[in-house]
Amino acid sequence: MAQRAIREYDGKALFSKHWEKYFSGFHYGFKSVLVSSGDELKKKAEEHGFEWLKQEPLVAKPDMLFGKRGKNDLVLFKDKKPGDVSLEVAAKWIDDKISHPITLLSGQHGTLTHFIVEPFTPHSEEQEYYISATTVGEDDVLYMSTEGGMEIEDGWESKVTEVVIPINMQDANIDHMVKANAPTDLPADKKEAFVSFAIDFFRFYRDLNFAYLEINPLVMLDNNEMAILDLVARLDDTAGYLMEEEWGDIEYPTAFGMEDQSAEEKAISDADAKSGASLKLTILNPMGRIWTMVAGGGASVVFADTIADLSGNVAELANYGEYSGGPTTGETKFYADTIFDLMTRFKDPKGRGKILIIGGAIANFTDVAKTFTGIIQSLEEYADKLKNVGVKIYVRRGGPNYEKGLKDIKEAADRLGLYMEVYGPETHVTDIVRMSLENGE
Amino acid sequence: MSKLFTKDTQAIFWNNNRSAIQRMLDYDYTIGRVTPSIAAIVAPTSTAKFDKFFWGSEEVMIPLYRSTSEAVSEHKNADVLLNFGSFRTAYDVVMEAIELDGQFKTIMVTAEGIPERRARTMNQAARDKGVTVIGPATVGAIAPGAFKIANIGGTIENIVKSKLNRCGSCGLVTRSGGLFNEMSNIIALNADGIAEGVAIGGDRFVGSVFIDNLLRMESNPDVKYMILLGEVGGVEEYKVIEAVKSGKIKKPIISWCIGTIAKHFKSGVQFGHAGASANADRETAEAKNIAMKEAGFYVPDSFNEIPATIHKVYEDLLSKGVIEPIVEPEVKPIPKNRKARNFICTISDDRGEEATYCGIPISQVATPDTGYSLGDVMSLLWFKRRYPKWAVEFIETVLKTVADHGPAVSGAHNAKVTARAGKDVVSSLIAGLLTIGPRFGGAIDGAAKYFKYGYDNNLSPKEFLSYMKKQGIPIPGIGHRIKSVRNPDLRIVGLKKYVNEFFPSHPILDYALEVEKLTTSKKDNLILNVDGTIGVLMVDMWKELGYDDVEIGTFIEAGALNAFFILGRCIGFIGHILDEKRLNMPMYRHPWDDILYDVEQVEE
Repeated sequence: MAQRAIREYDGKALFSKHWEKYFSGFHYGFKSVLVSSGDELKKKAEEHGFEWLKQEPLVAKPDMLFGKRGKNDLVLFKDKKPGDVSLEVAAKWIDDKISHPITLLSGQHGTLTHFIVEPFTPHSEEQEYYISATTVGEDDVLYMSTEGGMEIEDGWESKVTEVVIPINMQDANIDHMVKANAPTDLPADKKEAFVSFAIDFFRFYRDLNFAYLEINPLVMLDNNEMAILDLVARLDDTAGYLMEEEWGDIEYPTAFGMEDQSAEEKAISDADAKSGASLKLTILNPMGRIWTMVAGGGASVVFADTIADLSGNVAELANYGEYSGGPTTGETKFYADTIFDLMTRFKDPKGRGKILIIGGAIANFTDVAKTFTGIIQSLEEYADKLKNVGVKIYVRRGGPNYEKGLKDIKEAADRLGLYMEVYGPETHVTDIVRMSLENGE
Repeated sequence: MSKLFTKDTQAIFWNNNRSAIQRMLDYDYTIGRVTPSIAAIVAPTSTAKFDKFFWGSEEVMIPLYRSTSEAVSEHKNADVLLNFGSFRTAYDVVMEAIELDGQFKTIMVTAEGIPERRARTMNQAARDKGVTVIGPATVGAIAPGAFKIANIGGTIENIVKSKLNRCGSCGLVTRSGGLFNEMSNIIALNADGIAEGVAIGGDRFVGSVFIDNLLRMESNPDVKYMILLGEVGGVEEYKVIEAVKSGKIKKPIISWCIGTIAKHFKSGVQFGHAGASANADRETAEAKNIAMKEAGFYVPDSFNEIPATIHKVYEDLLSKGVIEPIVEPEVKPIPKNRKARNFICTISDDRGEEATYCGIPISQVATPDTGYSLGDVMSLLWFKRRYPKWAVEFIETVLKTVADHGPAVSGAHNAKVTARAGKDVVSSLIAGLLTIGPRFGGAIDGAAKYFKYGYDNNLSPKEFLSYMKKQGIPIPGIGHRIKSVRNPDLRIVGLKKYVNEFFPSHPILDYALEVEKLTTSKKDNLILNVDGTIGVLMVDMWKELGYDDVEIGTFIEAGALNAFFILGRCIGFIGHILDEKRLNMPMYRHPWDDILYDVEQVEE
């Protein structure tokens, strides 16, 4: 639960839905479609209200949260010359893009699946502006510039005007602040309209609980017609319960390249959604040598930190995740099963044994012995497979009934012939990482 | 404020989270606090007036209130609010509490996932009023040996093991609640425990941040060195660096930011809390660790080295004499098996040498030389206070006035009939008492209730009459069979005379008499009768004794007014029963000719 990115298309749809309320002095056409293939685009063009797809030159680009699409050569706006992209060409381009995985300049790797298609908006560079708002420290900041476009980041300091707006500032003061701090190089005939739009924009950003909202470029056409050429938006999803009506049924896509969740990660995330407890799993390197099953959010971070620090090679760390909030024995077993299954699929390429860290800080009120029951059941099931990849298990935990928990799990390991060392609160929480690495060669 | 909490700190707990409250009381008991740290509980949907909790092996009652402002009005000394409202309600609870000017110095918010804009609004509002907010999304804070919030520190066993039962010398600030326990444990193992600890909370926007807490600890004489456990994301640690550089903080700081792993992964993996995500290079754990080290903090090479670092700093301060060795205090153990009592008694106690009424031995109230009359004993046992003389004498006057009203009234008649059936005193008395209700003796309750309503709501006598008409019932306490304006009831004349002389004031009686003027103008016998007079005078008495409307309402609802009638009339009933026994009259059978028989034959 935090700030979450939404698609450009959904962001524009939110603008359109609330346009009259916030931007009544301006016009916005909202001609946009979101499609997953060329076929879908062509079908859309047959629908009532979407005739423009056949009538106007188009622009197409992926709508999958990542930026710098121009620099990645992923914006289709010309066939032979700018502004001549037909429906046919756009559909073909999309089909070509979805046919193979791509790697972005940032290194993110994945397959494109979602595209936004809009009419090509002829305009001059003078008509382009930049506007965005976000939270910096405890305040909101509104950024404005008379220069829009992807070059904005070069020379940001000189191009962009900032207005810092404290959380408790009254509307009248906000209006005054924005007016007083508008970019000084606004053309005289646009100044009033731009300032007015900027004030509207900030209210919209604030009232709809955006965490980040950026239009770049914003194009101011004649007759107060606005074109939102590119948009980036993040919502504060904790406000979801207040915004049911305003946001509608909004989707939060996963970051590009991350959507290829493994079946196992997906299963854990499904279990997490159904449970009152917290179950999280991210596979970092399926071939990794050190696997963790750590209780608690804070502890899971320090275990990951320590493994990276002490092993000197982060690739050794196979997974990151945590279970907490009182999972049932069944849920704990399922979580353990998933990890034991993953870690026993491959032997270490260098022929070393694997390390399993069953870790956790001192629990507040979770009965440790009870939690361990699920893990013990899973150990019984996977004992042979675990032995097969040469697993050494290190356990460290404290909290209610930890003595019994440690005794039970150690007995189970002895009975099953598994190598295991167990430690309680007298041992520093992450020290089993050091022990396992020193003992692991 | 150099210390967050002291051994006298009193808190109001918002939401009746029984287990968390019990853990606080267990802690209080263990460390030898004299009074529980929870003064009151706000339970918005509860109708109960208190809840019971264990205090060692005994039980204590903690009052419940429907709202924070109600609780505050009764517990002005409670300056900590523990807000256990959900993410939906926590914001409103904080905003209301901040508005209660000067009441709360510290507000702890446990809810996770309060909308960011709301969190920022309440945090700012609190800062503007100088209120310290701990959280949101936190397990709380602790001043070992003085006060502990809810669940922080875990079980009592762990608290004692981690030396959280008494003041040590470390000031600990963490973001994570889960690692707070772990850090307390490490500090207990490698040093002498903590003097004050705060988990500031995992949400992106929290009220008090590292610097707020560390600056307070800097001025807390118990704190000799500080430990800051930060996290990847945000720039709060830099404020601490600034404070050290500018000399505002001089005590040694051991610090570490967790989440160094994050640098290895570009995006998508959320390590830890909502607040934990680095948006810029200087927000990475690594950058912050380096910056703190450069500023002269004690920064270990990895999280795993923290214990050694703490040990070193502690030993150093110990050898310099900055820290003195601590003598471990005695720990009062919490009994393993505790039994919740099914009954509660708050008026008398028979466990000591001599039974007591509200703490006063019976021998000190019984004989005339003690100065206690029957009315004094009644006020003790019925209202848990010794009433002033004018009120005690009024109570006795009431008892005497209602003691009997002849053999013909239904209650006395029933008692007599039962006695003549050969039943004993108690059976006969009960038969008479069971007659008391809405038509016999119950007018006292009703008169008190309705005249009080009219008076409290500023109804004119005319409005009052039309209000009673709408209720569809005759006005209780108005009207007499025989007595009228011209033929006044001398009992009432006497009561009024006493009251005029001895009651400090009697607004309800005056009000009822205004109403009487109106009713008697319609019909001569619609006077304020003796039941009505007693009812309104009881309310006048309680108002004068300082009870508020809610308390008086509770007395009326509980039937306390009826109780005066019941007690008084027992005297008369017993008199009639003894009279029957003395006369030895035979079994009573009602004569046929006094019954109208009108029985129809059922059709076959």
